[in-house]
Amino acid sequence: MDEEYDVIVLGTGLTECILSGLLSVEGKKVLHMDRNDYYGGDSASLNLSQLYRKFRPDQAPPTELGRDRDYAVDLVPKFIIASGELTKILVHTDVTRYLEFKQIAGSFVYRDGKISKVPSTEMEAVKSPLMGLFEKRRAKKFFEFLQGWRDEDLATHQGINLDTDSMKTVYEKFGLEPGTQDFIGHAMALYLDDDYITKAARPTYDRIILYTSSMARYGKSPYIYPLYGLGELPQSFARLSAIYGGTYMLDKPIEQIVTDADGKFVGVTSAGETVKAKQVIGDPSYFGASADGKVRVVEEGKVVRAICFLKHPIPGTEDADSCQVIIPQNQVGRKHDIYIAMVSSTHNVCAKDIYVAIVSTIVETDRPELEIAPGLSLLGPIYDKFVDITPLYTPTSSDQADNIFITRSYDATSHFETVVEDVQDVWKRVTGTDLVLKKREVEVTG
Amino acid sequence: MNGDAQTADRQNGARTRFKLVLLGESAVGKSSLVLRFVKDQFDDYRESTIGAAFLTQTVTLEDQTTVKFEIWDTAGQERYKSLAPMYYRNANCAVVVYDITQAASLEKARTWIRELQRQADPSIVIALCGNKLDLAARRQVSQEEAKKYADEEGLMWTETSAKTGEGVTEIFTAIAQKLPLTAPSATRAGATRAGPGARTGVDLNKQATGAPGQPDACNC
Repeated sequence: MDEEYDVIVLGTGLTECILSGLLSVEGKKVLHMDRNDYYGGDSASLNLSQLYRKFRPDQAPPTELGRDRDYAVDLVPKFIIASGELTKILVHTDVTRYLEFKQIAGSFVYRDGKISKVPSTEMEAVKSPLMGLFEKRRAKKFFEFLQGWRDEDLATHQGINLDTDSMKTVYEKFGLEPGTQDFIGHAMALYLDDDYITKAARPTYDRIILYTSSMARYGKSPYIYPLYGLGELPQSFARLSAIYGGTYMLDKPIEQIVTDADGKFVGVTSAGETVKAKQVIGDPSYFGASADGKVRVVEEGKVVRAICFLKHPIPGTEDADSCQVIIPQNQVGRKHDIYIAMVSSTHNVCAKDIYVAIVSTIVETDRPELEIAPGLSLLGPIYDKFVDITPLYTPTSSDQADNIFITRSYDATSHFETVVEDVQDVWKRVTGTDLVLKKREVEVTG
Repeated sequence: MNGDAQTADRQNGARTRFKLVLLGESAVGKSSLVLRFVKDQFDDYRESTIGAAFLTQTVTLEDQTTVKFEIWDTAGQERYKSLAPMYYRNANCAVVVYDITQAASLEKARTWIRELQRQADPSIVIALCGNKLDLAARRQVSQEEAKKYADEEGLMWTETSAKTGEGVTEIFTAIAQKLPLTAPSATRAGATRAGPGARTGVDLNKQATGAPGQPDACNC
């Protein structure tokens, strides 16, 4: 390993693999390593034996669950929002040729003790039990206002300035009830808490438009999902990187991040050998305790996630083979929403008649498992459950000084928009330029 | 799986698209073999695979059936135990290559075949291929030894020279003949990743043409 690389990437999570793929396409010489013998890091999808090895090393998976290879259990509960930024990257890089996607069948919201479908069409909205008759009229006016908004046409603004007026002002203008605000802010704008209400309305507007345009794309929900699990995403970008010359090494213990006297990055030591490179990018788990005592990542909070195997679809979801259920914080007296994400054998992630639901939220107390109880109670009988409490790390500095670039942990949001923001952010710090997506050259086909 | 979509695929001839994966030690000539097959070219000083790891080639059989191979190259990911499960997934056929002048490369081929038997679909068609036949004077692997092993494991076997082209088209044609063109679709799931026309799920590329906010035709 006496070659020198432009960039060493540590960890094969989605963020790192997208960066690795894009950097290789750009002509950088990339070495990508992972301490695990599988791809995906914290965004991997595991088969049964890998899942048990991680959570219950002393126990073999029950034979009742079926074949090991039929499983691809996501560690992070996220879906791809159809009109979002990740979709753009997938299409532009052409990695879609390695992947196949299906819709998530439904999007639900919890209100007053029961689950209701988030209306996707006007017909559904009219029938939805989420709003009374008069509230439906007010909501209709609100959505017409959003859909009709044109920045350049003052007549469409109805006296609102999205950049200076708060969302509270907008809600009040249309006279929307708190329950409707809950549903709009949490089930459509996908905010995890209520901080957005007092802030300028523009980002909320953008998020609602993203939700409704994604919903319109395929019809059942705003989400799509890759067959065989989310772990396919990092694998496909790793392949892109490899095709453009990226070198891949799995199952490599990383002993040390080597720096010079000024703290600048020199190389990475693995199995006693040091490989040199100009820059290093890695997930936070590779930068925990550094030899020079420098603190490079800080914990911003924790997420609790419970991976649950069910033998039935989630009650009240019209037997959807996959869905998202959002429990807005106000409904259960919390500060952060509880999310349920469920997929099944339709997405080739488990054996037939098994349903895999992940219940998650941002930890607020010292008893995280109790915090997700309202979500767990919606699932019906749970066949088995694996609970994981993950710290969320964020890098401490902007890294240009030491050529060490650290990505963020996978947050509690239900989609990958923040992952793409992190990719764009790291890209800019690593290359000094904004990330501009270029279409790959078309390869010659026979 | 959507029955209607699959019926449509069959009428479009999608049933004859197959995913073919290449395996074998570095420098045995995997990419050269494909380059010869797809473009009828050979490059003596070809570097390790860069930039072209997804090629297609069509073979027409005697009964005029056309079989389209989507050929996946390892892109070098085999070197450090880093081939992704995605690579084996839904592969319909595999060409495992060794170098007849390197005994160790056959040992490596055996490892890959075990890996295929473990990871790939049980119905996968595997061909063991001894490359560099043009260098037969330096042969280290006898035909008898390789053939015996292939017979024991139920593999197809042949020798090729990517350099001269000897045996190359023949091995791909032989694989095409052996593929179950009439088998139920479940065993050929790989073919559903062939392209927009053959997909059963949603097609992301399609939406680029749709106006924002306009409902796309449901493609599920």
